Amino acid sequence: MADTTQTAGHGPGSGSHSGGDPSRRDFIYLAAAATGVVGAAVTVWPFIDSLNPAADTLALASTDVDLAPVQVGQSITVTWRGKPVFIRHRTPEEIKSATDVNVSELRDPQKDADRAKKPEWLVVVGICTHLGCIPLGQKNSDPRGEYGGWFCPCHGSVYDTSGRIRKGPAPRNLEVPSYAFKTDTSIRIG
Amino acid sequence: MAHGPSSSFKNPVVNWLDQRLPIFTMIQKEYGVFPTPRNFNYFWNFGAIAMIMLVTMIVSGIVLAMHYTPNTNLAFNSVERIMRDVNFGWLIRYIHMNGASFFFIAVYIHIFRGLYYGSYKKPRELLWIIGVVIFLLMMATAFMGYVLPWGQMSFWGATVITNLFSALPLVGQDIVTLLWGGFSVDNPTLNRFFALHYLLPFVIAAVVFLHVAALHITGSNNPLGVEPKGPQDTLPFHPYYTVKDSFGTVVYLAIFAAFVFYAPNFFGEPDNYIQANPMVTPPHIVPEWYFLPYYAILRSITFDISIPFTGLKLIEAKLGGVIAMFGSIAILFILPWLDTSPVRSARFRPIFKKGILAFLVAFFLLMYVGAQTADAAWHLGGLEIPLVYVGQFATLVYFGFFLSLPFVGLIEKPLPLPASIAKPVLGGGASAAGATAKPMEKA
Repeated sequence: MADTTQTAGHGPGSGSHSGGDPSRRDFIYLAAAATGVVGAAVTVWPFIDSLNPAADTLALASTDVDLAPVQVGQSITVTWRGKPVFIRHRTPEEIKSATDVNVSELRDPQKDADRAKKPEWLVVVGICTHLGCIPLGQKNSDPRGEYGGWFCPCHGSVYDTSGRIRKGPAPRNLEVPSYAFKTDTSIRIG
Repeated sequence: MAHGPSSSFKNPVVNWLDQRLPIFTMIQKEYGVFPTPRNFNYFWNFGAIAMIMLVTMIVSGIVLAMHYTPNTNLAFNSVERIMRDVNFGWLIRYIHMNGASFFFIAVYIHIFRGLYYGSYKKPRELLWIIGVVIFLLMMATAFMGYVLPWGQMSFWGATVITNLFSALPLVGQDIVTLLWGGFSVDNPTLNRFFALHYLLPFVIAAVVFLHVAALHITGSNNPLGVEPKGPQDTLPFHPYYTVKDSFGTVVYLAIFAAFVFYAPNFFGEPDNYIQANPMVTPPHIVPEWYFLPYYAILRSITFDISIPFTGLKLIEAKLGGVIAMFGSIAILFILPWLDTSPVRSARFRPIFKKGILAFLVAFFLLMYVGAQTADAAWHLGGLEIPLVYVGQFATLVYFGFFLSLPFVGLIEKPLPLPASIAKPVLGGGASAAGATAKPMEKA
């Protein structure tokens, strides 16, 4: 307090006493506080980031799949990043029903061509976009919902033969993972 | 502190200690002679009971942790080993399992008592808020503890609840990945949940200490909601309430023991005795009973919230459900300022009393709806009522109760309050007390 009353008598720019200028003192306070905040953030970040996926978890991030044994109309489930991935060898009828949709009527509008790199192979992450359950429909005996794709038993979401959401509470289509055809009959997911 | 308070305990060792660290003086002040309203009913037992349950959970939990292995390949079997091979492991685990339920029962009754008798009102707002913090910490602890046995419900409950955060715009998915430490609920998730499940009870204990410290500043509320006006309105805590609390605790623990020994899986889900399988979702995922009302609120928001006529979506149904669910607890934080009535106890508040009973019914209705499948329905004759509508109605009552409080306080005409605690307790001693005590007899 003594400093402030002193400077009040001196006027700006006098600065004859060390630390007498309030604007300089404010600057030092702000600079010190800002440095402290940055320092704290830099210190905290490693602890937060240590909770993110570790290197070995990321290393398991791609999966190779041989598609040759999968017959037309058959579906297989493979594991990728601990999640199920649905691969369906679609029949011509399934491809037709997927492409014959008026895209603008969909909740999450997407053309079938944007979802399947080759029309006969559909590759989607088998996790309902609502709250993460695994939809039914991989076996021919499973309920597939009225659009012939998948049906989630948890809260009743219905997906079509392109894995697009058609009915129920889920907000988005089944996710298409990044994948590439290594040969005509084998893919790498991730 | 060169000269502390001079202690005058008979035992010289106690005296020596107390002069250097006055814990005995403090215990004497806060739990011996502490002036406590003389008119407590048995609802006032549940704070002490909740504290006993916290201690029970910590003691049984520490022993369980000595036998448990937090690894996705070993966790389920280590719990089965506790059940079959560890000496008295079955007993300790059943105490811990049912202890969680009985902890929540005690805390729910404790919270309801606070609501009914207006304990959240000035000057006890902070005491109430600290209590809500304890409740939130309890929910986080219970949720993570339920994941540890690594059964099907553990896994899928964790999946559904952590996925709630994906509803947040922009950062949702990154937060979920951060929570998981991977791309699904997996070993990193189990490890961190175990670490936090071990940590949080001690945080709860620390916050309980603050809760009790704040309580001893304001003193307890009481069933009349009238502050003590002098020594004639209070009793020393010991022996009057140490005895009453002990009696209530023994009765409560007897009921608890009946469940532990005769119906240990009453509150549990059979699916959790199947080891977690990330490739198969159980047909019907339900949380533990104490989360059911909030789960029902979550599922009640089935509609997007948009700006009318523009088709602009403001809040997707999924995010809306998450907001409503967290909001149902968050609203408790502002309750002291929502309620505008100066009268505390529902005994003297005719409209509030009806409101809080409707709230109680809605709470149990939500609990029921939360346990049913999403597409379940009531069949009344030829009429079919989807339960989602029942849940939406109960959600409306739940929030309506809180949001109507500012107006209830304005329009309500409270019954006449007794002049002091002592008068209604002693019955119509003085002629004036007889008239003021009349509303009591109805209640």
